[in-house]
Amino acid sequence: MVGGATGLDTRQQAWAAAASVPDPEVPCVTVADLGILRSVELVDGVAVARVTPTYSGCPAVLAIELAVEAALRDAGFEARVERVVSPAWTTDWITPEGREKLRDYGIAPPQQASSSIRSLFGEIEVACPRCGSAKTERLSEFGSTACKAHWRCLACREPFDYFKCI
Amino acid sequence: MGAAATIDRDTLLTLLLRLADDHLVLGHRLSEWCGHAPMLEEDLAMPNMALDLIGQARALYTYAADVEGKGRTEDDLAYLRLEREYLNCLLVERPNGDFAQTMLRQLYFAAFMEPFWKAAASSTDATVAGIAAKAVKEVAYHIRHAGEWVVRLGDGTEESRRRMEDAIEELAPYLDEIFEDDPVTVQASAAGIAPQPSSLRPAFDRIIGPIFAEAGLTFITPPYSQRGGRKGMHGEAMGFLLADLQHIQRTYPGATW
Repeated sequence: MVGGATGLDTRQQAWAAAASVPDPEVPCVTVADLGILRSVELVDGVAVARVTPTYSGCPAVLAIELAVEAALRDAGFEARVERVVSPAWTTDWITPEGREKLRDYGIAPPQQASSSIRSLFGEIEVACPRCGSAKTERLSEFGSTACKAHWRCLACREPFDYFKCI
Repeated sequence: MGAAATIDRDTLLTLLLRLADDHLVLGHRLSEWCGHAPMLEEDLAMPNMALDLIGQARALYTYAADVEGKGRTEDDLAYLRLEREYLNCLLVERPNGDFAQTMLRQLYFAAFMEPFWKAAASSTDATVAGIAAKAVKEVAYHIRHAGEWVVRLGDGTEESRRRMEDAIEELAPYLDEIFEDDPVTVQASAAGIAPQPSSLRPAFDRIIGPIFAEAGLTFITPPYSQRGGRKGMHGEAMGFLLADLQHIQRTYPGATW
């Protein structure tokens, strides 16, 4: 049916509009790259985007929701944004392209394994996003934003952000 | 946690406010370090943890306001109650003291909340389960961070060790309260919403034990335990904390931005 096909196209347009929104704190990646845009559905002619926060206290959540709503409106949709907390966001939802974009931007992408509270001083191996060396060390568990830790490369001596794995 | 039993609205509200108040008050305490930490990395770390805690508190207050159904908002609950209406445990309101005391308080609270959130992640209450699933990942970082400092200070210089031992003594009377069950927790547990605090003690000990062992520190049993926070009876420090926390809303009622 023509109508059905059009409905799907419209939904894809709405998704594309919402998905193009960059993260306000890490503008090299979009909300779709990060996996925080969960879905865009058309409900009674309204584009409903579902967004999940990375961290409970992430101050960017409101900015992201407003930006997604604005992007949908700019694309000609009536729009509404819903915040969903369950299932909880995980760094595993960052797309492979998103991970590459992070690395190019100078942020080491997260390891694909869960963090363990047992590993006191136990180390994960994080490759330097600049020179690729695995000889790196953690300076602080907490970096410039809630989602990042502060690391330094022992080969090229550059400090860098590591996108924490949660 | 089994299912079946239900929970009445006031009990659920009390449960949520206790949790929310714990997180708001500790988040506020950590934020007091902002700009005063001993090094830049800690100046970033403590507000970061505060942000997690306050974010968790916001989600809990928002849900509490919903459950209450009287038109109050998360801000009303966070800023416009009186001291006796705050239901946080005494541990989280303890003054920051020195860095050792702040880190030990953080470790204790996180080691309590980690098994709590783990159990609450399968809560029969979908909103609580959602908040828990998110928080459990965040609290793991807090344990690691605070645990590293407890080891570093406990196994550090003569002075750092003395300070950590002082912190253990200072905080000892406030630990038992967080594990206390009462009719609210009994009902919440029976309804499958949240675990009984007392059931979390073994998990807490399994987290603290290895950290103290590595730090060469000894856990002490306090000569007495202080209680009352869950009933709104707080220490002297709480009034000063609230004066700071609430002064904008008290000076400009209804201010928003």
